[in-house]
Amino acid sequence: MELLCPAGSFSALKAALEEGADAVYIGFKDDTNARHFAGMNFIDQDFLRASQLVKQYRKKLHVAINTFAHPVGFERWSKAIDRAVELGADVLILSDMALLQYANRNYPDLEIHLSVQASATNTAAIDFYRKQYCVKRVVLPRVLSLKQVLQLSQSTDLELEVFAFGSLCIMSEGRCYLSSYLTGESPNTKGACSPAKFVEWRESDSYLETHLNGFLIDRYEPDEAAGYPTLCKGRFKVDERLYHALEEPTSLNTLEILPQLKSANISAVKIEGRQRSPAYVRSITKVWRQAIDACLAGDFSVQKDWMTKLSELSEGRQTTLGAYERSWQ
Amino acid sequence: MLDSDTSLVSKTTRFALGPILYFWDRTTVANFYSDVQSHDFDIVYLGETVCSKRRQVSYSEWLDLAFLITASGKQAVLSSLVLIEAKSELMALKRLCENNQFWVEANDIAAIHFLAEQKLPFVAGPAINIYNHHSLKQLRDLGMQRWVMPVELSQQWLKDIKQQYRSAYGDIDFEIEVFAYGHLPLAYSARCFTARSESRPKDDCAFCCLNYPKGRVIRSQDNQDLFVMNGIQTLSGKCYNLIKDLHDVQAEAQVIRLSPEQLDMAQILKQFKESDTLAKQNYYQQEFHSNGYWRAIAGINTVS
Repeated sequence: MELLCPAGSFSALKAALEEGADAVYIGFKDDTNARHFAGMNFIDQDFLRASQLVKQYRKKLHVAINTFAHPVGFERWSKAIDRAVELGADVLILSDMALLQYANRNYPDLEIHLSVQASATNTAAIDFYRKQYCVKRVVLPRVLSLKQVLQLSQSTDLELEVFAFGSLCIMSEGRCYLSSYLTGESPNTKGACSPAKFVEWRESDSYLETHLNGFLIDRYEPDEAAGYPTLCKGRFKVDERLYHALEEPTSLNTLEILPQLKSANISAVKIEGRQRSPAYVRSITKVWRQAIDACLAGDFSVQKDWMTKLSELSEGRQTTLGAYERSWQ
Repeated sequence: MLDSDTSLVSKTTRFALGPILYFWDRTTVANFYSDVQSHDFDIVYLGETVCSKRRQVSYSEWLDLAFLITASGKQAVLSSLVLIEAKSELMALKRLCENNQFWVEANDIAAIHFLAEQKLPFVAGPAINIYNHHSLKQLRDLGMQRWVMPVELSQQWLKDIKQQYRSAYGDIDFEIEVFAYGHLPLAYSARCFTARSESRPKDDCAFCCLNYPKGRVIRSQDNQDLFVMNGIQTLSGKCYNLIKDLHDVQAEAQVIRLSPEQLDMAQILKQFKESDTLAKQNYYQQEFHSNGYWRAIAGINTVS
């Protein structure tokens, strides 16, 4: 079982490798990937350094080109594929059928993983992507229960990768337009959810408000910790009840089900967070390396200090098993 | 009904009634489609797209409705579930795809897989991620007869796709459909928000969506309608309405979709078919309606 870590910068990539990541995933500094945030990701020069370092460590470099290509300027995406290959990518993570076809046709020997953004949640969808584009691995959306993951694993011989830790997307990925509904920009079209440029913090005497493109997402009392206004994690009213109507500010943490994931033959556990700092990546990688090693050695029990560390690094300092646990659904 | 790979491109606009997105009881559904038979729709999409636990109308009853709709001179299309997780859902989808009578609106790649394997014609529904001409061409080659554009895309995006498609592949030999009226399907989750709003676990939901035939409005703390919860689906807070933009929609698409929002959809259809431009303008109520996506801005907003 591979530990796949995120890197939004060369320093983060270095930290992940030093702490024992089996593979690192990165993206270019543009809207060809689903973490298109200011001040992060890789220009060609850094990319080359990254791929050289990954090779020195004898690890794998995955490159996410997982937004959907626009009709005008399609070449920005196809050239991203060309550049990634040229600069030493071992794996491409893709979701758009057009890009899957392009990569499969032009680089038949290259390993292709189906991005979570393609939202493949069942064997027929997986069969489609295998048949059409020879994908080798599928990254499963965060909508499946553990039982469904186990069943999928039994009914396909493709490699399966699951999200293990990090920000929790509660909607079927690639099929959520909440962000563009309020801002005009979505993960599919612009590579970002609730983009930072639309965020506004408004302070009054009695509370702090977070707005996204002018829409009120949450309102905090002076003693409450305020969070980033990801729109599905706001506090809204349903009739007279005020609550987190969609989801609380919380992070996904699957550490406690690691042995079940391993026995389900899951090929890789993915840490979310290319937008996070090198220090964050270092801490998370360290914990997960220890956990996976213990699990592989057949000597796994959840260590209290792992959970403490992971909680400290979580959104709202809370974690959840998300959809893996039926009661969450 | 299945014997076509011939050109379907018609010269005049056709109106389609989308599938019912909400959970309505059996009698309401039966009465609704009984009325629809006499309405002036050209195409009627039937079936449950949101939640496999919604079984007020059985598969065979949906087929019966499809025959009734066909008998009234309209095209009946069976819409498939969007989020397919359980094996039972996959089996139900396979049966739907192999119904042998009616076209299927594919709302998950799984449906396209089954339909393409059987070389059956299909409609690519709005939940299929098609954002460019190359992926559109792939679906065309797999048997797509009609494409319903993803709801977040704009008039300009549609023009761009069509232009690029023509220059890369030649004539557009399939129909294009635009979602033009109704609360927009924006997202799907494993979580049932409606059950959660009643503090019920999903597995013991007591079919509480039946209590909310228009979904439950999610308001911001300063009272703006942001979203509508509809089981595992999240809909737009405002009712999308392209009635003011109809001329532009007609220039780009052959089929206009109106999504069931009320029992009397004939009234909405009448508004769309109204020839008096001024009267048409008046059917757009800025407080409740939006056209932002079509105008390439935030979906919730209005361009007048």
